[in-house]
Amino acid sequence: MTSASQTVTGTTQVQQPSKVRSQSFGNTVAKFAIYTLLILLSITWIFPLYWMATSSLKDDPQIYTVPPVLIPNPAYWNNFYDAWTRFDFNQAAFNSVFLYSVPVTILTLISSLIVAYGFAKIPFRGREPLFWICIATMMLPWQVTMVPLFIIFKNLGWINTYWPFVVPSMFGNAYFIFLLRQFFRSIPEELSDAARIDGAGEFGILWRIIVPLSKPAIAVVLLFRFMWSWNDYLGPLIYINTESMQPLALAIYRMRTLALSMGTTAMAYPHLMAVSTLVALPIILIFIFAQRTFIEGISTTGLKG
Amino acid sequence: MAVSAPPAQRRGMTKTEKRNQVMGLLFISPWLIGFLLFALFPLAASLYYSMTNYDFIREPQFIGAANYVRLFTTDPDFWTVMYNTLYYVGIGVPLGIAVAFLIANLLNSEIKGRTLFRSVIYIPSIVPTVCAAMVWLFILNVQYGAINGILKTMGLATIPFLSSPELAKPSLIMIYIWAQGTAVVIFLASLQDVPRSLYDAALVDGANAWNRFWNVTVPLCTPVILFNFIMGIIAAFQDFTLPFVLTGGGPMKSTEFYVVNLYRNAFVQFSIGKASAMAWILFLIILLFSVILFRTSARWVYYGGEK
Repeated sequence: MTSASQTVTGTTQVQQPSKVRSQSFGNTVAKFAIYTLLILLSITWIFPLYWMATSSLKDDPQIYTVPPVLIPNPAYWNNFYDAWTRFDFNQAAFNSVFLYSVPVTILTLISSLIVAYGFAKIPFRGREPLFWICIATMMLPWQVTMVPLFIIFKNLGWINTYWPFVVPSMFGNAYFIFLLRQFFRSIPEELSDAARIDGAGEFGILWRIIVPLSKPAIAVVLLFRFMWSWNDYLGPLIYINTESMQPLALAIYRMRTLALSMGTTAMAYPHLMAVSTLVALPIILIFIFAQRTFIEGISTTGLKG
Repeated sequence: MAVSAPPAQRRGMTKTEKRNQVMGLLFISPWLIGFLLFALFPLAASLYYSMTNYDFIREPQFIGAANYVRLFTTDPDFWTVMYNTLYYVGIGVPLGIAVAFLIANLLNSEIKGRTLFRSVIYIPSIVPTVCAAMVWLFILNVQYGAINGILKTMGLATIPFLSSPELAKPSLIMIYIWAQGTAVVIFLASLQDVPRSLYDAALVDGANAWNRFWNVTVPLCTPVILFNFIMGIIAAFQDFTLPFVLTGGGPMKSTEFYVVNLYRNAFVQFSIGKASAMAWILFLIILLFSVILFRTSARWVYYGGEK
């Protein structure tokens, strides 16, 4: 394909050199305009994050200096440590990772894999209508079920625990069921049949044939589910009341109250920016290292960040 | 497409079919149980609560449609909240789509460093909303925010972005647009699917850059524009974290959006009946908007020659 297009351009150039020159001049101007626009947009888009990171390194006078300090000097690197320990962020990080994000991510993956396999690979009566119901639940706004679910979980004594997040994740997630099901259907049936002849059951086929072939889709599930629970704010706001049980998102909110009441004293803003940077960093790093998985997840199913 | 067994065979299932029926239902049972427990039952319960007086403590009292009537007629906040939300959705979503589409087109031109530019535009949409809200709270601050710092340096008047009722909503829309990276990535993927041959054909016909954009790119992207529109409206109606963390609904209720108010009614005022009625109204509004968009889409969405 490349060689063919090169040949075409080649002939054009030979035949009409003057036209090409004016065109290429126009192209240069257009390119220059595009680059200028993109660079300006990028600076605008990255500025808040740059400001968050650099303000983490400032002291109080640098926070309220006019004109604003673009590069903190001196840079107070110990702000990160001070901010993190000002409230018990170690506990909050533990809660976010081990009580919330990790169990929810793993359970969602396992349950969604099983359900997606049923919808993709086993022909049974009623499969299509049930699948459409599953898709339709994606359109249901969670506010409608929020209050009754709260009442159910409250009656079960699950307030101030992470069960309201962990238990529902054992029942699959419609987005991921859809994503995995589409992926499974692209895997040739012959592979399953071969395993069946060797005496494998449906679970065996799922774990030994389908799962190893579905790594890209599984990566999308893991990434997005982890990110959603890491970023979740409203869920913990409703279910978690005691400070020692709070995840990072709620702990940051506590520091906001401090910043608003103290303004530019007592290092409120630098510390607020420092914890925000530290909490955002894992997500940004995951994106940088798994960029292709992110982009694929969004372009194929429109998963939101 | 796999179709279920033809009617002729319905009477007697073969052994494999029976086994498949059992295994299939077994495999999807986690979702089926979850659907009944965490979607269908709460949905019905919510409808019931919306017709009661309930505060988490005393038994719910059935009062019919009174919650709905009260919201529409005598509630002091409902229409303010509705206006705020429609303002945010009505301006934010179309503007966000326009900006995202234009950025995607810039990214789709023959440039070096596309991956880097795309990352820079996309990352704000995955940064935890709480973190993003904190830095905007700081940047937009009247006294020591970066933007007002720059304005002061230039000897200009400061702008009370979040502390004036007139500017709070536009400020939130600005942040909303900043976090539209997902839409940009979706648009970019669809732009890369537009066949080159169409542009070449347009070029042969003497179409200039604007014509190619308006008559080739835009029509071919209308299905994705519709998708982003519907997803955008659903998400924007439900926005909670940003306004709640950034402004807490203020100043003077100017950013009291629908779900912020719903949350307050349910978990601060404990007016469960009212909150449930609000939830159902929201559900119907979202449904209505989606249906309207789908209905009108036949007129403006191009599906590759199929009518």
